[in-house]
Amino acid sequence: MAYDKFNILRSSAVPLSIENVDTDQIIPARFLKATERVGFGDDLFRDWRYNPDNSPKAEFILNNPLYSGKILVGGKNFGSGSSREHAAWAIYDYGFRCVVSSFFADIFKGNCLNIGVLPVQISPDFADKIFRAIETDPKTELEVNLPNQTITLLSTGEHESFDISSYKKSNMMNGFDDIDYLVNIKPEIQEFASNLPI
Amino acid sequence: MFDKVWDSHVVRKIEGGPDVLFIDRHMVHEVTSPVAFLGLKNRGLKVLYPERTFATADHNTPTINQHLPVADPLSANQLKALESNSKEHGISYWGLGHQKNGIVHVVGPEYGITQPGATIVCGDSHTSTHGAFGAIAFGIGTSEVEMVLTTQCIMQPKPMKMRININGKLGKGVTPKDVALYIISKLSTSGATGYFVEYAGEVFENMSMEGRMTVCNLSIEMGARGGMIAPDETTINYVKDREFSPKGEAWDKALAYYKTLKTDVDAVFDKEYTFDGSTIEPMITYGTNPGMGMGISNAIPKVEEVEGGVASFAKSLNYMGFREGEAMMGKKVDYVFIGSCTNGRIEDFRAFASIVKGRKKADHVTAWLVPGSHIVEKQIRDEGLLDILKEAGFTLRQPGCSACLAMNDDKIPAGKYAVSTSNRNFEGRQGPGSRTMLASPLVAAAAAVTGFVTDPRTLIQ
Repeated sequence: MAYDKFNILRSSAVPLSIENVDTDQIIPARFLKATERVGFGDDLFRDWRYNPDNSPKAEFILNNPLYSGKILVGGKNFGSGSSREHAAWAIYDYGFRCVVSSFFADIFKGNCLNIGVLPVQISPDFADKIFRAIETDPKTELEVNLPNQTITLLSTGEHESFDISSYKKSNMMNGFDDIDYLVNIKPEIQEFASNLPI
Repeated sequence: MFDKVWDSHVVRKIEGGPDVLFIDRHMVHEVTSPVAFLGLKNRGLKVLYPERTFATADHNTPTINQHLPVADPLSANQLKALESNSKEHGISYWGLGHQKNGIVHVVGPEYGITQPGATIVCGDSHTSTHGAFGAIAFGIGTSEVEMVLTTQCIMQPKPMKMRININGKLGKGVTPKDVALYIISKLSTSGATGYFVEYAGEVFENMSMEGRMTVCNLSIEMGARGGMIAPDETTINYVKDREFSPKGEAWDKALAYYKTLKTDVDAVFDKEYTFDGSTIEPMITYGTNPGMGMGISNAIPKVEEVEGGVASFAKSLNYMGFREGEAMMGKKVDYVFIGSCTNGRIEDFRAFASIVKGRKKADHVTAWLVPGSHIVEKQIRDEGLLDILKEAGFTLRQPGCSACLAMNDDKIPAGKYAVSTSNRNFEGRQGPGSRTMLASPLVAAAAAVTGFVTDPRTLIQ
């Protein structure tokens, strides 16, 4: 599915400093029953965000009007657990284009890259600085520069570089996905399949 | 072993990018596939090798009255979508009511879809289960399901390699589930992220295929994409003569290949751990991730003993209604769940029955016993286990994922405590507000008959 190209993103951020945020929290299993990719943003962090009677939980960060932006800053080991791509869809559909953490779970990170959410892994120290800066001033802005592979805390100018493969970087900057690539090399794949030993 | 299987499936290496990896066998279920099929439709693409994909319904299916129409319209719609997508693209479809229907990671091995040395994927993180056969098997997202359907390939960076060695003899009442929960408690839920694990040592060599599947299934819970165990006689005896296993000359050829899959003595790993199996106790979890596990006779750790986030640890204990430093033994249990792709196989029900035999289910406990497949269900009957279970006050439900992720009606109510043989104790995993303690079938059985967290070793005859 096509997604918007990613280049330089400058935005305030929503801090969620909890560690080990699993994909069951990002979107609980009972909201995975759709057969189309629509409306998942409404159920992002459903059980942390809403009471059983569907009233918002005032203490949860997404319900706090002080915090907003296109960047979600999460605690260590963000996105562990289930492989549900719905978790990445919910984050994208809610309006986030980038998730920042000091450590990502593997499948979640791959899913994000496949659908246009940029996972930015930074050092635990820099993550702490960002959390503190947002705590002090919720309007604190971050700049995520994909071409340069840097993330900058604009209030102080502190920055770090982050890793991304040149292939995935090019995909994100152009809004391409892996299917485009694979479909183009189908004859090579068929040739490979016809020569499999077993 | 890992390199050999991976490298032989690389169609193309992309400079500064992932490998294009050929997938031998692909399994799909109703929850993570509909958007992938929709993607094919929107792009006007077809399934390249329908004979390499197998569909079964499991996540969303009821576990009682499966002969009746599915009551929840959203679930019914998802099941219908899997059926029509499978038919349209010529994919084997084992829907509700089909004799081969069951949990994808239980039926795959049972019918020989799972083979040593193969690459196997499914839109489900517990696909790591199939690594028990010496396959490279891992969970993928829906975009990747679409890639496999239309090109039989996905694009993956090659993971690093980790070996986990466990030698020594396991003690009384210690099962493969305890071994896995022990490893995760040592490594944490992110300790193996970025790695593919090879399990080695006499503890794994002495395990049945069912036990190896339980261990490999839980590889994802320490962050690993997958885990594998070198195929041996136990593996080959299991695989031989199953419906989708190679036959005749093809079998001889396959067998020769399987025998080359070994953990080489001089293989180099990026990380290696060694544990002593004789020190492992029956395990139970006390928190809200699978790494928060402990020997059943121990006390919940104190905040100062825990590495990492104090706030997250406190939040977790608060959710569970537990206090640091207290014992788990004697905690009241409201629900017991045995089943799932982790512990829904015949050996698990044998273990459960061995404890409840001659005893009665505690009155205040609701127990859900859910076989992983119709084959498991039949074995339970044929081996006389059903009589033992009935005599003790238990009933058997029909195959499916059930309360492991509570997508169907099998939900643990808010605030209630469940001892569960499944794989995740995340907040709300088994129903909004549910509180899960992960454990082995023996610990689950001990809880079911006493109504409290109980050391199963005190009940083993």
